[in-house]
Amino acid sequence: MATITPKRKPTVNNLRVLPSGSFSVDTNGSLVSTTIGQAFPRQHLQNIATAVLQTFRSAEEVALPLTEFSVVYGAFKITARELKGGAIVFLSTAEKVK
Amino acid sequence: MALLNKILLLDDDSDLLVLYQEMLGHLPSKPEIRTATSGARAITLLESEPFSLLLCDLQMPRMDGLQVLTIVRRKFPQLRTAVMTAGVDEQVRSRAYAIGIDLFLEKPNNRNEIRLFLECVESLLGKKEQAGFRGIQSKSLVDLIQLECLSQSTSTLKITNGTSVGQIWLNEGEIIDAEAQDEVGEQAFKRIMSWKTGNFEILPPDLDHTVRIKTSYQGLLLDSAQAMDEASSFGSVAADQPASSVPAALEPISRTQGVDFAVFATSDVKTPPLHWGTENPIPLADWARATAQRFQAIGTNLELGELRSFEAMGLQQHVGIVPRPDGQLLIGLQRSLPRSEMKECLKNASAKWQP
Repeated sequence: MATITPKRKPTVNNLRVLPSGSFSVDTNGSLVSTTIGQAFPRQHLQNIATAVLQTFRSAEEVALPLTEFSVVYGAFKITARELKGGAIVFLSTAEKVK
Repeated sequence: MALLNKILLLDDDSDLLVLYQEMLGHLPSKPEIRTATSGARAITLLESEPFSLLLCDLQMPRMDGLQVLTIVRRKFPQLRTAVMTAGVDEQVRSRAYAIGIDLFLEKPNNRNEIRLFLECVESLLGKKEQAGFRGIQSKSLVDLIQLECLSQSTSTLKITNGTSVGQIWLNEGEIIDAEAQDEVGEQAFKRIMSWKTGNFEILPPDLDHTVRIKTSYQGLLLDSAQAMDEASSFGSVAADQPASSVPAALEPISRTQGVDFAVFATSDVKTPPLHWGTENPIPLADWARATAQRFQAIGTNLELGELRSFEAMGLQQHVGIVPRPDGQLLIGLQRSLPRSEMKECLKNASAKWQP
């Protein structure tokens, strides 16, 4: 006789908690300071920092020097300000995104 | 009804532009101030909207102030023009007046000079239109080439027609070569001459350029005129001739208040971008595509939801990227636009995109 295995509801432990806070990065792309908790992997912050610096630099190459930009996602917002070749980056979650 | 005074400031130094913008903003007539850092950009702006006055620096890379003023006097004879320069050279002053400028101003250095400078600009704005001939209006490409040849000019003419770009090389008043798309020499020249609208700029001469055309300019222009007559008698239009210099899909965006330029970069990198109000659409399209891809990748990796927009404030102008199903819409916004209105302007403009 076959046994019935009850189907389990997936746990919510895999849901990623989005960070909120800010960090600064120098001209080489190294993290200088951050208010974002350790729970958020540093590699992700590093990836955001690299993308931010690339964006400022590539914009200059096409004669569009930028001082600040915001990237708006469905549930998140990244705001970056140019800081003497480096940048200060603010991360905010959906409820704070206008 | 009095028309709003609009001043276009042209200087390659963006810091100075900010300073002058601030100074001129306090004029009693409260003019709207727009800025450009290159001659090509200034001409594009003049083509897209009416201005009362052009204030132009002389020493600029690529196209200098005198070259810009020569083109402006030909294309916009009604526009008031003034030169503002740091180094006053009598020969340059004479040349500038010979072109037909209204005023030659020294860049102010102290409070008193600033006051005088502002008074001069204000008086120019208040000056009523005078009857009489001030220049040549709406020249065709044939007229333009004839003028360059008759003046024994050595230069390179770059002609843009929609997404097509062509170049004609002149040496001491003779046409020596042309290039357009995949064609060179006389074929390319004929192709360029078949374009009926577009923009042009005069680039510095290329003295070592290969001579591929040996026919005289009169002969070339005669052949082109004949070909155009034959084409029009059959009611045909050149395949690369757009109906208007503004692509239909971007036309409503171009009429949005606060928008400076628009480029639509399709997902397919090989498809030329649709553009309005900019001279360098391809690098801008590449930048918009790369920027959107970069942040889309971060969004996917961190499960942030879809990328909705990219809004940036710049030293010269603000920009926004709005992802669309088939590409990225890059919109340039006026730098004078307050931060609070930027988002709304971008939203309004992108809503008018007509794929």
